[in-house]
Amino acid sequence: MTQVSMTVNGKSVSAEVEGRTLLVQFLREGLGLTGTHVGCDTSQCGACVVHVDGKPVKSCTVFAMDVAGSSVKTIEGMANPDGSLGPLQQAFQDHHGLQCGFCTPGMVMSSAALLAENPKPTEADVRHYLEGNICRCTGYHNIIKAVLSASGQTVAAE
Amino acid sequence: MHNFDFAKPSSIAEAAKLLGSDGAQALSGGQTLMPTMKQRLAAPSVLVSLTGIAEMKGVCRGDGGLHIGAATPHAVVAKEAAAHYPALAALAGGIGDPAVRSRGTIGGSIANNDPSACYPSAVLASAATVVTNKRKIAADDFFQGMFSTALDEGEFVIEVRLPIPLRAAYVKFNQPASRFALTGVFVAQFKDGVRVAVTGASNNGVFRWSEAEAALSKSFTAEALQGLTVDDGDMISDLHGTAAYRANLVKVLTGRAVTAAA
Amino acid sequence: MPKDHGIGASSKRREDVRFLTGRGVYTDDMNLHGQTYAVFVRSTVAHGRIKSVGTEAASKMPGVLAIFTGEDFKDVGGNPAGWLINSRDGTPMREPKRPVLAHGKVRHVGDAYAAVIAETYQQAKDAAQQVADDTDIEDLPAIVDMRAALADASNRVHDEIPDNQCYDWGWIEDNRAAVEAAFKAAPHVTSLELVNNRLIPNAMEPRASIGEYFPGTGDYKLTTTSQNPHLTRLLVAAFVLGIPENKLTVVAPDVGGGFGSKIYHYGEEALVLAAAKKLARPVRWTAERSESFLSDAHGRDHVTKIELACDKEGNFLAFRTETMANVGAYLSNFATVTPTFLHGTLMAGPYKVPHVYVNVKTVFTNTAPVDAYRGAGRPEATYSLERVIDKMCRELGLDPFEVRRKNFLTTDMFPYTTPVGLVYDTGNYHATLDKAMEMADVSGFAKRRADSAKRGKLRGMGLSTWIEACGIAPSHLVGILGARVGLYDAATVRVNATGNISVMVGAHSHGQGHETVFAQIVSEKLGVPESSVEIVHGDTSKIPFGMGSYGSRSLAVCGVAMTKAIDKIVAKGKKIAAHMLEAAEGDITFEDGKFSVAGTDKAKTFGEIAFSAYVPHNYPLETLEPGLEETAFYDPANFTYPAGAYICEVELDEDTGKVDVVAFHCADDFGNVMNPMIVEGQVHGGVGQGIGQALLESTTYDENGQLLTGSYMDYAMPRAEDVPFYNVDYSCQTACTHNPLGVKGCGEAGAIGSPPAVVNAVLDALNSGGHKIAHIDMPVSPGRVWQAING
Repeated sequence: MTQVSMTVNGKSVSAEVEGRTLLVQFLREGLGLTGTHVGCDTSQCGACVVHVDGKPVKSCTVFAMDVAGSSVKTIEGMANPDGSLGPLQQAFQDHHGLQCGFCTPGMVMSSAALLAENPKPTEADVRHYLEGNICRCTGYHNIIKAVLSASGQTVAAE
Repeated sequence: MHNFDFAKPSSIAEAAKLLGSDGAQALSGGQTLMPTMKQRLAAPSVLVSLTGIAEMKGVCRGDGGLHIGAATPHAVVAKEAAAHYPALAALAGGIGDPAVRSRGTIGGSIANNDPSACYPSAVLASAATVVTNKRKIAADDFFQGMFSTALDEGEFVIEVRLPIPLRAAYVKFNQPASRFALTGVFVAQFKDGVRVAVTGASNNGVFRWSEAEAALSKSFTAEALQGLTVDDGDMISDLHGTAAYRANLVKVLTGRAVTAAA
Repeated sequence: MPKDHGIGASSKRREDVRFLTGRGVYTDDMNLHGQTYAVFVRSTVAHGRIKSVGTEAASKMPGVLAIFTGEDFKDVGGNPAGWLINSRDGTPMREPKRPVLAHGKVRHVGDAYAAVIAETYQQAKDAAQQVADDTDIEDLPAIVDMRAALADASNRVHDEIPDNQCYDWGWIEDNRAAVEAAFKAAPHVTSLELVNNRLIPNAMEPRASIGEYFPGTGDYKLTTTSQNPHLTRLLVAAFVLGIPENKLTVVAPDVGGGFGSKIYHYGEEALVLAAAKKLARPVRWTAERSESFLSDAHGRDHVTKIELACDKEGNFLAFRTETMANVGAYLSNFATVTPTFLHGTLMAGPYKVPHVYVNVKTVFTNTAPVDAYRGAGRPEATYSLERVIDKMCRELGLDPFEVRRKNFLTTDMFPYTTPVGLVYDTGNYHATLDKAMEMADVSGFAKRRADSAKRGKLRGMGLSTWIEACGIAPSHLVGILGARVGLYDAATVRVNATGNISVMVGAHSHGQGHETVFAQIVSEKLGVPESSVEIVHGDTSKIPFGMGSYGSRSLAVCGVAMTKAIDKIVAKGKKIAAHMLEAAEGDITFEDGKFSVAGTDKAKTFGEIAFSAYVPHNYPLETLEPGLEETAFYDPANFTYPAGAYICEVELDEDTGKVDVVAFHCADDFGNVMNPMIVEGQVHGGVGQGIGQALLESTTYDENGQLLTGSYMDYAMPRAEDVPFYNVDYSCQTACTHNPLGVKGCGEAGAIGSPPAVVNAVLDALNSGGHKIAHIDMPVSPGRVWQAING
């Protein structure tokens, strides 16, 4: 076991890990941050997406030790400082962009990464960017609306 | 996943030393290797991460064209190659999904040589040079069939040098589940001729379609391909498409790539 | 102006706040003191005889606490089939035992035959591999193809079932001769053989279970990913392990989607309970996605020949089908009803066809069990009908819109008894078709087709007019038809002393938003703010015995139970108010949260009445019990019958065979709508899954019974880029006539109505391009389209 330290949601944290410990295990089991979910074992579903040094990463497909010293942001770090929903989270609620909620943390983190890269995406941009996030409930309709709305654009589809 | 010792060297020399030991395996972005390890299909005793080696990262112009550090993630190539080699940047920007592009690297992609990976087609069509910790290898010699390359034990890619063509384009047709290339075609026109590299289609991995190269070298138009046929003898046949279907895609996508490049 | 609260408002979902901040608590998010980890050892062959299970070396590995095999459970009960179906000749279906762990034989890839419990997950995983390596299973020939399974009596999935057939069902057998006569006399017969492709539900949260045992009291607790905790408790306690129901609590906490796959009791749940007792420690298990692919109940998998008899003008005279339905290796809990009463009884559609006969042979194979998946039988019926009607229209050169219109039941015909035994209470199929055509701008299609042609694409439009029976259902009726459970639901409304309200419901929300919608109804009915109503679900120690959520039943059954409990609260409140206001009970009215004496300004607020019920200082104690809490059970008088019209437009690339859905219009009649935002979301999700079935999702076993589509690398899930924005309308509302909310159910509609609309659109596109293609099986993948074009 090796001690690994990093910054998670602005706080310095450390925990004992094995070589094979995945970042998602470090977060869920080591830190109790269970908002990040595991939906598959082939790096396809995106339920585990977090930000590492500002970039979206599938936390099931990176070893904790490989991101030692990094700054990690998870869904638990997305709310406003007062605990209320951040603008993107609020847009997901306003537009019913989630149902069972399981893919939602990954969807929010990927969408946040998109808006950081491209503040005014088109519908096609959003759909393309979310290619690595699978949702089984919503048919994606309201997720796309939520992201477009969070970017400050009016949404044509009703 | 079996356990292993994790090492993260900060220099090529250190990495070379670590990878010289028995059971050592290089880890780049891990986007293919890690799922394989989860299925216990790979079980290294030492995993050597190459992502901490600064000299293996970055995109710059050089004698060999565009030089890309092997540990450069796809997302960085998509951004930084755009001004120099737009077709390559577009290819990098279309690999996997954004989270994969944050981690996955050009070196990892070509060293693995997945028959459905995008990068091998660009490297081959560009007549690139693959620089390893030991030598320089021409792309035509580097790719040796599905999941097989010229890399020896302990040898790893440190840089890829891609000559920049006059015109180029990559067009891929996604496998609907994995979003890898069911077939992808990279067409590159150089002063001395056209190179066409195809990924996703063949049982032998990435390959050059020489008939198309000859025809396009004479006339760089989609029409120039009209009389050609693609032999489906070596094509992959699986539940996502028959060999004949893939052969068809090779021709259709080559035409579309030429149109996109022209 | 739309309402901002109560019934009919698009209230924002309260559950979203926890899900959006990472504070939802799904089963795998829980951590218990002293917990241990279970890993199952699963068969890698489709069919084999277990010679020995290698537990010896594994049991000595680090951290291993126990290893269970089929031998340990051979004397406990099997996981039962919930519905008895009789064959046409009157003989009952064959019901092989479904053990907790495979015993004697393994019957599909993924069939669990052992389980290792260890201190850590990795230790359990390592030891499970050791068990697998040390186990001796004699390979037997795999039975994969249904036709071959029925034909070859020598090769058997279950040794005691000679022809691998569960039953041969006819519906309605007495009508068969009349149907045959109608076919003989018909001016035109269209025939179509089609496959309703097997689907893997793929709720994004993999199944997970935690078993606990409390030696001090002898109580058990199962925390599990279930759509119906009471049903799970009944099955695991009474049928499998023999635990008294009152000693087992089942909790289904936040559950990440179900779509049917989490209705059923699975062996993993029994195992973690048995192991928890043996070790006196919590035992947890979470499926890896690859396990989900192999072991979750799959859906659909019908091979059908359907025939349509009609006159030359397209007036329907009769339908006749012969179906083989795959149930896989074992009978999952509702595997037998899905291809029969949830399928055959819908085979008249929304049409006034006089004669219908349905035959279904259900077949055991060495594949994962198949059961109800979103829509469950009704998508299969709709697909068969709407495809054969579309084919007939092309054969006779008739307009598919007009053919539907002339065959629809008309509004003056309700209640209407179909030739397949259902009684439709109400509907207006012409209205939804008209609405859909308006939404889709059908008259502008020719121009859109020309625009597509300019881009080198073929454009097609496809129609599907669908009906379903849901809100399941009347217990007396399902009992006659073979159900072994009742299908009522229940709710308890507890008004607390300070006036806020806890409502305990038997329905379970795993994405549907019950916590919000049920609170809206309570708010409307009791005149209290939505925020003062809490909906409690998913815990058998808190809620009344309800049957859970599936079959679009939550509102139509449990919502109505809750409404009836609210009515009792109001009735009691009136008695209390009459006493406090010194008026006759008959003079008390209740409106906007106030009990008033009619014709006066004397009134008590709801809060005052509640307080009085719990602090009964001025209270009619001699005639009325204190407290304000009421429970109601509700068993509906009939199914509900949502219906609608869906129009899909596709663009098709002839060079690659790729189909893009460019527009999708849904005009649905769900009766009264409680929360429009949520109804729309349900339709979106259903249509997304339907497009997935039509274009992407294929479950493929090879001839050895190996699942070739066992991960997201090969099983194509719809992604954001694969679907368009959906155009959804629910304004055509004929309220359900037999429940007081007038609701019908909307959860499955999208998945039922959409696949034929997509496939009909593809065939329209192809035929418009001169490709004389009658049919392509789903998923209509690029490779299949290209193959159809190129022979």
